[in-house]
Amino acid sequence: MSTTTTKEPGAVRRRSPRRLGDAIFSGVATGAGVTILVLLAGVAIFLLIEAWPAISAPAEELPGGEGLVDFILPLAFGTVLAAVIALMLAVPFAIAIALYITHYAPRRLAQGMGYLIDLLAAVPSVVYGLWGIFVLAPASFGILKWLEENLGFLPFFTGPASSTGRTMLVVGVVLAVMILPIITAVTREVFLQTPRGHKEAALALGATRWEMIRMAVLPFGRSAMISGSMLGLGRALGETMAVTIILSVSGAVTFNLISSGNPATIAANIALDFPESSGIAVNALIAAGLVLFGITLVVNMAARAVINRRREFSGAG
Amino acid sequence: MSTPPRDRQRQSEEELAREREPGPDREGGPDRKERPQDRDGGDQVVGHESSRGDELTARPSLVQGSLPRWGPQAVFAGVTAVVAGALLLIGFNIALLLLASVVLSGVAIYSWARVVEGRRKATDRAVTLAVASAFALALAPLVSLLFTVASRGLGRFDAQLFTETMRGVLGEGGGIAHAIIGTLIITGVATAASVPIGIMAAIYLHEYGKGRLKRALTFFVDVMTGIPSIVAGLFAYALFVLFFGPGIRLGVMGSVALSLLMIPIVVRSTEEMLRIVPNHLREAAYALGVPKWRTIVKVVLPTSFAGIVSGVMIAVARIIGETAPLLITTGVFSSINTNPFDGRMQNLAVFAYNEYANPGVPNEPYIDRAWAAALTLLLIVMVLFLVARLISARYGVKTR
Repeated sequence: MSTTTTKEPGAVRRRSPRRLGDAIFSGVATGAGVTILVLLAGVAIFLLIEAWPAISAPAEELPGGEGLVDFILPLAFGTVLAAVIALMLAVPFAIAIALYITHYAPRRLAQGMGYLIDLLAAVPSVVYGLWGIFVLAPASFGILKWLEENLGFLPFFTGPASSTGRTMLVVGVVLAVMILPIITAVTREVFLQTPRGHKEAALALGATRWEMIRMAVLPFGRSAMISGSMLGLGRALGETMAVTIILSVSGAVTFNLISSGNPATIAANIALDFPESSGIAVNALIAAGLVLFGITLVVNMAARAVINRRREFSGAG
Repeated sequence: MSTPPRDRQRQSEEELAREREPGPDREGGPDRKERPQDRDGGDQVVGHESSRGDELTARPSLVQGSLPRWGPQAVFAGVTAVVAGALLLIGFNIALLLLASVVLSGVAIYSWARVVEGRRKATDRAVTLAVASAFALALAPLVSLLFTVASRGLGRFDAQLFTETMRGVLGEGGGIAHAIIGTLIITGVATAASVPIGIMAAIYLHEYGKGRLKRALTFFVDVMTGIPSIVAGLFAYALFVLFFGPGIRLGVMGSVALSLLMIPIVVRSTEEMLRIVPNHLREAAYALGVPKWRTIVKVVLPTSFAGIVSGVMIAVARIIGETAPLLITTGVFSSINTNPFDGRMQNLAVFAYNEYANPGVPNEPYIDRAWAAALTLLLIVMVLFLVARLISARYGVKTR
């Protein structure tokens, strides 16, 4: 803090003429940093340029013929629906797994178990898609049928149950598996940082392990659980191939999760239609991509803001 | 200190024996005498051992009131066996078996512990079971997925697969040589572009950066890790379409898209590695009069080299399986193309997707090829992942 005011020899030395090598090297490093920021800005700018023809075009020229908003809105609905299902399934599991690895598993095995969960993140999404359509979807028919018969009074399970299993619910399950590792990783890291004193104080008061976790670990990790979930949400919103392969799309806006008529997601719609599109349709798809970019950017920025705030105030990160 | 080992051993044995017996010796005189007062005085007594002493008089044995050590495991094994037997009668189903045995043994352990140990410990045991089975359940998809890919992919996992292309192939036969070459080129170009930018940006962040630019860069690199891969593909398309016109498909477009996904991963992992280089190494170099940039190049980077390499490999493993951005930038192509600046280029992930999505009739050979490509891709990713872990475990900076 006070190095600029004191007249120590070191402070004087620092002001001596800079070496050329240092100037070049730090210049290159700073340049690389600025390049990344420019790249990110470039994503927004170039998407906007290519989406503009669709934004300014008259409604009847666009695919669907009812304007850009009517084109994107059902897709945005499907995107959010699939991501929310995935999140609701994944978060409890991810927190339980993070707790298991940090507080229950044998010390020696804990790291290896962490790797196993990380391995889930390394599997390419197209492999998840193939697995989903050939293994999970056929296997899910019995459960979908059961849901229709026993919980059919809920709007989510009115049916009729799809006999192929290519439904929103199965997509949600696959997405949940895919976002599990990132939520686990974020929460696990913070659970490990719980101050030892908090935990030992709880145990010394006679708390059982679960009571200790509820009193010390979970309150400490609350913001990590929130931000990890939001990172997972961002991942699920943008996930493409698994949805493209598994979901049977009809374009309907419906909460019915187990029938064969489902709303598509933005990302899946782009992957399905882009290779065969031309002209204004491509611009419309890019506009949809811009909306997706905006949604994920907001979700991710919120998540990072939560993480950074915790880092500043807790002093543990 | 001077006692011979045997004496010391005997001594410790005596101590153990003394600890084992719950008699008055261990509790010590004064505590024992105060005990009747404790019971009368209630809250007013300020002895921290008083309540424990109470329990001891009420319960002669310390091990009373807890399940045997093997209790939960035995219950789980027993319940699983019973459920398996019952399921064999009505039709076996592995998912149902796991679900039923977890739920039923949870109920059994909870009620047993509730009777013997009380509510709090029963809850604790139930939670332990729930948390452990959540972990096991999360591994189920991984196991199922690996098994499926291996068993279905091995059908076409032969020499022909790796030596031939899809040129002129309809129906059976054909290979993925062109897709493997395309994958290597696209990923290689992306890596060559991302690694220098990523490492230099990380050096800026950790060694030079300060103020607003550093904060902004840290924040936006984090945000960039969350960009959907399809958006990266759209960006590459939007960029190139300005110069080459609509419908453009190039290998290098895929590389641009992948770079966008790879750079933030490289920055993140490299910065982590620079952070664990001990500061006294830098200070030693400065003390010898070494300029800062030479310190970074000759001291900091070599020290963290293994970690950076493993971080780059994990980043490569992440992007090599990307499908969506390549589907819309590099397209589909059935022959070998080694020039990323000239025309369409096939890659493994897109190949697997395309064989599944646009099969001919009959579709079995196409689906088989899709699984074989998926298996190849998965093997590449797993090898990269494991080698990266090995490198960082064996050669990484020792933090403690």
